[in-house]
Amino acid sequence: MNASSPPTLRLESLTVWRRNAMVWRKLMAASLLLHFGEPLIYLLGIGYGLGRFVGEIDGMPYFTFLASGFIAWSAMNVASMESMWSVYTRMVPQQTYEAILATPAEVDDIVIGELLWCGTKSLMSGSAILAVAAMLGAVNDWSALLIIPVIFLTGVCFAAPGLVVTAYARAYEYFNFYMTLVMTPMFILCGVFYPVSSLPGPVQSAVQLLPLTHAVEIIRPIVVGQPVTDLGLHLGALALFGLVSTWAATILFRRRLVQ
Amino acid sequence: MARWILLPIYLNGVMLSSQTESTSTAFVTDQTDAPVVVHCRDIRKNFDSTTAVADLSFDISPRTCFGLLGPNGAGKTTTLRMLLGQSPRSGGILEVFGQDISQNRRQIRHRTGIVPQADNLDPDFTVKENLSMYGRYFRLDPKVLSERIPKLLDMVELSPRANDDISTLSGGMKRRLTLARALVNDPQLLVLDEPTTGLDPQARHMIWSLIHQMKRAGKTIVLTTHYMEEAERLCDELIVIDEGRLVAQGSPIELIDQHCESDVLEIRGNVSEISVETLPNNWRAEKAGESLYIYADDAQALVDFSGNLADMICLHRHASLEDVFLRLTGRALRG
Repeated sequence: MNASSPPTLRLESLTVWRRNAMVWRKLMAASLLLHFGEPLIYLLGIGYGLGRFVGEIDGMPYFTFLASGFIAWSAMNVASMESMWSVYTRMVPQQTYEAILATPAEVDDIVIGELLWCGTKSLMSGSAILAVAAMLGAVNDWSALLIIPVIFLTGVCFAAPGLVVTAYARAYEYFNFYMTLVMTPMFILCGVFYPVSSLPGPVQSAVQLLPLTHAVEIIRPIVVGQPVTDLGLHLGALALFGLVSTWAATILFRRRLVQ
Repeated sequence: MARWILLPIYLNGVMLSSQTESTSTAFVTDQTDAPVVVHCRDIRKNFDSTTAVADLSFDISPRTCFGLLGPNGAGKTTTLRMLLGQSPRSGGILEVFGQDISQNRRQIRHRTGIVPQADNLDPDFTVKENLSMYGRYFRLDPKVLSERIPKLLDMVELSPRANDDISTLSGGMKRRLTLARALVNDPQLLVLDEPTTGLDPQARHMIWSLIHQMKRAGKTIVLTTHYMEEAERLCDELIVIDEGRLVAQGSPIELIDQHCESDVLEIRGNVSEISVETLPNNWRAEKAGESLYIYADDAQALVDFSGNLADMICLHRHASLEDVFLRLTGRALRG
């Protein structure tokens, strides 16, 4: 392994994942409340409230439009939070990685394990929103369950740039840059609240470069039960973004943790 | 050949019983193969523009306790981190168990246990979970682990706290748990970075007795410390480093013999009244704050001298490793 080689996949990464899963289990009740409670309030409040004025978008009730967008957004949001605040906590104040690196586990195992864990958290959150949306009648077909692997992939793809930011971070405040400059624009622009097609032409093209757009383009039709257009393109864009960020995160974490 | 293939089957029952016996003691060590456990030649570490460790060479023999002494910032922790492959060296040869650390880091760590300077126990887990989770990184058999953990907890006297959170432990208990954690993979090499810093005397004595126990169990121990008494008690061989360079090397007794007079008179009080210039030529005097230290090989002469000093507190003692340390590294404060 040299400093810039791609990450090596080993079973130890699953041990890192398992550590986080065990900690999560201890605080499961609070976590589940967040996963189910938040979307319930959001969807009821905004979906029904705003939906009365909006009516239908792209041939579906606004409530359904918003719920499917929220699933994609939450996959991004949960994975980003976990890969920044939680990973930083384990890396700096808790020195968990320092302890792990005294065992046969390596930096690559930490990076991969954390990515898988972030994907898992996205999966839990996204599935909870799907369940809430289904209970409220926004989902018509079991085929909507096909989004679950897509949610996981989306989570992993957004956790990777989060790790890149964390590798540079010197304090929690550092994450505000990424939140404000990257995550909030995607939240607003990438088709969560309204179709990208309603944006001015040049902005529409620019938005195609943002990964959340592609996640929304895959997740929304599957939830609604429509065929996905350009599936290969969207999956490819998301995967490329995730792979490049993962590679960068691996290199930067090696630099940060092994000096 | 055929005999050896058949034998394990024939002896299956015996083998199983010997296996359970070997896991019944908390640690079993076999390091007959390696002539030296650690072999360093001219290792160095540069950080950007500064040199943290420069051309350090030493060997560590199996079943010994090796001390790494030096003032703050001397390069002790950096050396340990290089030894463990946690920090890549900038140059030199560094072999552990006969293998290059940069090539075989993972195999070497399988056989190594580490007590870091700052506690990094996992605050999200209980005492017991800290050990079981750590064992998983070594991919230890859960059965072996579940037998070993209660024994380790007994050994460090933390069994009654097995299910408590880390935040409820005292500093000494955390240190003991960190030591137990370092033993979870039954390592042959145990690396202790300032294991007793900040502990009360009771806790310190307990850690010392555990280190002796490890040594008797055949483990090789590498220790850094600021306490010369600790180094004198525990180490068979030690090196003193300062500003990343080797200053002295030997057993504690050899170092005292080579680098210091045999006896010391420590004088406290109005020491400015003593005119150092009038002392015999083969005596050596050092002033530190309100104290004056006089070093000489003639114990009786020192005692006689102290008899003439009124209104001052005098203490006569044998020279210790601390005197050697101060002589070699100076009395100036370090960062």
